[in-house]
Formats: sequence, C-alpha cells, structure tokens
Amino acid sequence: MEKLTNRSVQINRSPMNFMEKAYLPALAKGLTITLGHIFKKKATVSYPEEKRPFSPVFRGLHILNRDEQGAERCTACGLCALACPAEAITMEAAERKPGEEHLYREEKYAAKYEINMLRCIFCGYCEEACPKDAIYLTETVMPSNYTRESFIYKKEDLLIPDPKKKESK
Amino acid sequence: MSLFLEISFSAMANGLHNWLAGSISNATLVSVTEMAIAGVSLLLFLVPLCFFLGYMERKVAAFMQIRLGPNRVGPKGTLQIVADTVKLLFKEGLTPNASDKFLFNLAPIIVVVTSMLAMAPIAFAKNFQIWDINIGVLYVSAISSLAVIGILMAGWSSYNKYSLLGAMRSGAQIVSYELSVGLSLISIVILTGSLRMSDIVASQADGWWIIKGHIPVIISFVIFLIASTAEINRAPFDLAEAEQELTAGFHTEYSGMKFAMFLLAEYINLFIVSAIAATLFLGGWMPFHLGNWSFFNNVMDYIPGSLWFMGKTFLIIFIIMQFRWTFPRLRVDQLLTLEWKYLLPISMVNVIIVTMMAIFGWHL
Repeated sequence: MEKLTNRSVQINRSPMNFMEKAYLPALAKGLTITLGHIFKKKATVSYPEEKRPFSPVFRGLHILNRDEQGAERCTACGLCALACPAEAITMEAAERKPGEEHLYREEKYAAKYEINMLRCIFCGYCEEACPKDAIYLTETVMPSNYTRESFIYKKEDLLIPDPKKKESK
Repeated sequence: MSLFLEISFSAMANGLHNWLAGSISNATLVSVTEMAIAGVSLLLFLVPLCFFLGYMERKVAAFMQIRLGPNRVGPKGTLQIVADTVKLLFKEGLTPNASDKFLFNLAPIIVVVTSMLAMAPIAFAKNFQIWDINIGVLYVSAISSLAVIGILMAGWSSYNKYSLLGAMRSGAQIVSYELSVGLSLISIVILTGSLRMSDIVASQADGWWIIKGHIPVIISFVIFLIASTAEINRAPFDLAEAEQELTAGFHTEYSGMKFAMFLLAEYINLFIVSAIAATLFLGGWMPFHLGNWSFFNNVMDYIPGSLWFMGKTFLIIFIIMQFRWTFPRLRVDQLLTLEWKYLLPISMVNVIIVTMMAIFGWHL
C-alpha cells in the first residue's frame, strides 16, 4: 500500500530490557518534561486583559455604516438577507420623508434591521453582497449574554455612532 | 542570625512555662494550659499552611500543564483558596439518610486529628519542637497509620458503593505501603542509632544522610518518596478517590466543612510526609554542612535553621506535587505488585546493606 505521509513509525515490539523494566529512568524523564513545562511560554492568556491577535481577515460582530455626512447607507434592498446562508437577517423597508435627508442617504431606508447573532455564522456574505457598503464585519468578538432575546441585535445596536455628532461633542 | 532565631523560640517557650508555673500553682493545670497553647498555635500554623499548599498545588498544576492557573481572586490569585473555603463554609453539610450518622460525622474529625497528632515530634528549628519524644520516628509512623481508620469509617458509614470501594482500596494500599515506609525510615534509624528527632538531626551536622549514606540511603529515600506518596493517597496512587472510577471515593458523600476537613487532612499529611523526609534524609533544620570545611559550614550557618527546614520540606512537597501532575494512576493490581514484588524486597535488602554499612562504618 502506498504511504500517505512519511510520518508513520514502526512500533518497536521487542521485549523491554532491564533499564526499561526498571521504570525509574522513564519516570525521571517524565519529571524533567513536566519541570521543563514550568519555564515554557504559557499556552493560555488572561483573557479579558490580554487578547490574542486576530488574523487580518477575522470576521466578528457586524456594524451598519454611515456616510461622511452621518446618513445611514443602508437602503433595505435585502441583498444581505438573501445572501445570508443562516437566514439571520430580517429587515423592514420604509420611505424617506422630506426633511429626513440628513438621516438617510437614499429614498429608501431600513426601518427595522435585525441580526440574530445565535443564527449568524459570521461568514461575511452579507458584507460581500451589500451594494451600498452599508454592512461590515468588525474585529469585535460577540459578547456573551444570559437571554436569547439579547442576541437579536437591533438597528440601534448595529449602527455606528454619527461621525458629525462625535465632532460636535 | 540563626542562633538568634533558635534561641528566641526556645526562650519564648521557657519564658511562657516559667510565667505559667509562677501564676498557676497546680502543675497539671500548667501542662494542660501549655498543651492548649501548643494546640492553638499549631492550628494557627496549619490552616494558613494548608491555604498556601492548596494555592501552591493549583499553581504547580497549572505550570506543569503550561497554563497560568488561578489569577483572579487577590493578587496573583493568592486568595483563591480563601474564596473556596468561604464557599465550603456556606455549603450545607449533608448527612445521607441511610448513613451511619455517628460514624459519618466522626470520620472527618478522626482523619484531621490523626494527621495533626503526627505534627508533634517534627523539629522546625533547633529546640523548636512540640514534643521531643524519644521514639519520634516510631510515633509518626504509628500515628500516620491510624488515618486509615478514619478513611475506612468514612467509606463504610456513607452507605455508598463508591465510598466503600474507595475506602477498601485505601485500606489495602495504606497497610501495604506502610511496610516500605517503615523499612526506609529504619535505615536512617540504624545509621543514627536513635528514634529521637533531635538526635537524628544532630547526627547530620557533618553532612546530610543522603550524602553521607550515599547509594543505600538514596535508595531508601526514593522508596520513602514513592511509598509515602501512596500512603497519603496522592496521585499516582490516588486509587481511594480515583474520580474517573469512583466519583470521589471515600469522600463522595461529604460536602461543606466535612469535605474541607478531608482536604485539610490531605494537605497536613503531605506536609508531615515531606517534613519527615526532610528531617531524616536531608538533615531537617541542619544547614548544608560538608565534613570539616569550617568556612563553608560557617557561611551556611548564617541561614536560619527554620528556613533550611521549610526549604527542604517545600522542595519535597513540590516533588510530590510534580508526581501528581506527571504520572498516570496505577491500576489496583499494579499498585499491589509494585509494593509486594518490588519495593518491599528492595527495601528489605537495603536495610541489610545499611546495617552492614553502619557496623563497618562504610558511610562518610
């Protein structure tokens, strides 16, 4: 049979010699291994204070983007919901009234926009599907919570803060 | 420096004795008061010690497994054990309905009391000893074998198959491994010619027995480490509480403070075994002396004896803890094979060799 890897090793089944039967050398070897572990770099980190660096393509929690004037970019076209393999996104569209131009970038906007984070698989297809650059996946890890309801993120949870309001502060 | 510490300990004891004898006329009352003071101070020493050993065990376990270990409660996690104790204090101490209630409640007390009794002849520093009895080594080995009664009681009275199995295993284990412990202790007693702890320490003024007695004493030291690890039911010999097979063995049914007592006893036993090993093989509070090198010996004398004793004891505690996180548990038959087929014959032959060594003066 053809070998899959060159890592396979033939097990030595010859009877143990005296040194192996005495066990003490093997026990001493084990002790040196565990003693060496003390000085090794620890495999764990103290999590909330210290975080492991993520890969640059890491996909975390979603945000809904605004444009430079602070108007929401999302037009509730539904392409993200369509692209979502887990069917985690729901939205309701509404029409922009006169006088709301500073709030919404185009004539249609999402009155309701929800992502169920328990369904979401963080694949990032919504980000790819969005024609308006409205939804992005950040590097934030989803925080844990106690209730199922708290994992349904509303539009208010997802929208980034208004850049203009921040400047005025 | 060392002289100052050692004198102050014995001076304190003598001063206390004189003051008590002066103020209380009845001699019996004086010794009872002194015993009470010794008991309270022992408790005040043992409880923080067990807190520290619990913390140390968790940290050592973590480091052996390349983890960080407890680091939330208190600075560097030092108060973790205090938090655990408070949790145990607030837990309900359940007594199972079907159990033998008197024995069930008595067992943890017996286990703790027997382990505390064995503290009596341990020499912490020069003249700093609760009871310098002339059969010190015999006393310790006799008392430490009493612990099996408490464990058997706990397992029997719990009315639980796992408890009973654990207790029976522990009984078989302690009774068999006592032989090797005793024989390895005897080799030092033969070399010293005394069972008194202070004599044993004094005999190591020109070098510890593990150096003076070379190969036979090293063999009995290794046998003592293995057999005493088995005697205090610690991994890799923790068959009495093998959690994968017996849930928790003899203390399955215990909760709250009664469970904490077993934990306390386990750590006191760990300390006693290490202290005995340190006293008999590594010279107790005696500083590291080499023959007649007076300059080197004088430099070593500047380190107080109590520090030497604690350092050696904690070195052995660390080694026994390392055993726990390195070796897999033995099967019951392997456990008994190891004792009866290997350790016991080896230690018997070793005792003969040590006796010849003592007679012909082959030691350094």
